Amino acid sequence: MSTMLEAIDIKKRFGNVEVLKGISLKANRGDVISMIGSSGSGKSTFLRCLNFLERPSEGRLTMLGEQLTLNRDRSGGLFVGDAGALTRLRTRVTMVFQQFNLWSHLTARENVMLGPIRVLGQSRAEAGEKADAYLAKVGVSHRRHAFPAFLSGGEQQRVAIARALAMEPEIMLFDEPTSALDPELVGEVLRVMRSLAGEGRTMIVVTHEMAFARDVGNRVVFLSQGVIAEEGNPKEVLVRPQSERLRAFLSNQLSH
Amino acid sequence: MFHGYLPMILSGLKVTLSVASTSLAIACVFGLIGALAKVYGNRTARSLANTYTTVVRALPDLLVMLVVFYGGQILLNKLSSSYGWGYVDINPFAAGTLTIGFIFGAYLTETFRGAILSVPSGQLEAGVAYGLSRVQVTRLILLPQMVRHAIPGLTNNWLVMLKATALVSIIGLDDMVHRAGLASAATREPFTFYALIGLIYLCVTTVSILFFTAVERHYTKGIRRVGDA
Repeated sequence: MSTMLEAIDIKKRFGNVEVLKGISLKANRGDVISMIGSSGSGKSTFLRCLNFLERPSEGRLTMLGEQLTLNRDRSGGLFVGDAGALTRLRTRVTMVFQQFNLWSHLTARENVMLGPIRVLGQSRAEAGEKADAYLAKVGVSHRRHAFPAFLSGGEQQRVAIARALAMEPEIMLFDEPTSALDPELVGEVLRVMRSLAGEGRTMIVVTHEMAFARDVGNRVVFLSQGVIAEEGNPKEVLVRPQSERLRAFLSNQLSH
Repeated sequence: MFHGYLPMILSGLKVTLSVASTSLAIACVFGLIGALAKVYGNRTARSLANTYTTVVRALPDLLVMLVVFYGGQILLNKLSSSYGWGYVDINPFAAGTLTIGFIFGAYLTETFRGAILSVPSGQLEAGVAYGLSRVQVTRLILLPQMVRHAIPGLTNNWLVMLKATALVSIIGLDDMVHRAGLASAATREPFTFYALIGLIYLCVTTVSILFFTAVERHYTKGIRRVGDA
């Protein structure tokens, strides 16, 4: 099994607050890793460190066996000094956001085409053809000429997933992809994510959907107070939690 | 009716319009640089931009124009004579448009700054996350979306600036107001000529308002307003 992405001992401080206290995570090809934990446990921050939207304070990152060279900025954050290497990382590791973050001046189709044209250097024709295919895959091709403001939350998030797919990434990061959705729209997004997992895509998903973590993920990581408190096969970890903290977290989730 | 002065006044309008539109272009450049410096710049860039907007907006336009034109002339000639180049004449069109552009750039800095801040930061972050460079994020995501928010303020500034171009007559540019003054002095019919240029200003401003409204509509594509289905 080949290692796609390995994060080693990632730490992140905001001022005096240490949000991440040394987190290591290895994603192999085809892994679907769910990251769970209460809000403030650092799971989104960790995810954002993986594509350097956030600059970690300490740590190393290996992408497809190649270690990224990190420089330190004046405020102590680590960043990828080589712009080419950073762009390569970001085209191979794409992110789906909680708030969708579609570009509101572009149609659904144009949203999906922008990255492939401007970053990957595809022609308009090629990018358009792929955009149509990916929009069809997530089931929103009938809305491809609509602007984001005219799409439902579930449609917007599926367009955002098509946008991430169009980069043809090695790994997809999902940052609470269903948390901003109305309950009745959650299902359509989870269905798309399930089918992606079924294709053997490598995914790291920060989520509050325990059913997704249990049924779709092959690994679950429970973050608590900036450390990994428990991790392993979701069928064991979620069914027989070893730590008091995970037990408390899970019973809290159930009561919602 | 205008004692044959109409063509002269209309050619003054040409001066007014070319001064105003050149000044607007210059002001947009100053304003955009100022706004980007204020929002994204480091400490030096931010304090430079702050000094610029504070000082320029504090001084009367007329004062800035006189300082730049006459002060600039003296400075240039001191420099030039110390190198032995002889007398240098400042081109009043260049001096006038640069000065007005410089002044209104300070106002546009604030207009553009507000417009930049109104673009949701998540959309810029998504651009970064998909590997776009900072320049690409600015050009492809920030600028097209800030236009919509900048247009009302830009329209205001354009209208004020169009009228402020009358100031260039004091540095020797032959604009419409200046010519109306000459015509009314020659004919002793000040009302006729000042009413005429008043009407001309009204026509020009009306056309520009229509133009900016169309631009705003173009950049509002994809935005849902109250009442839209």
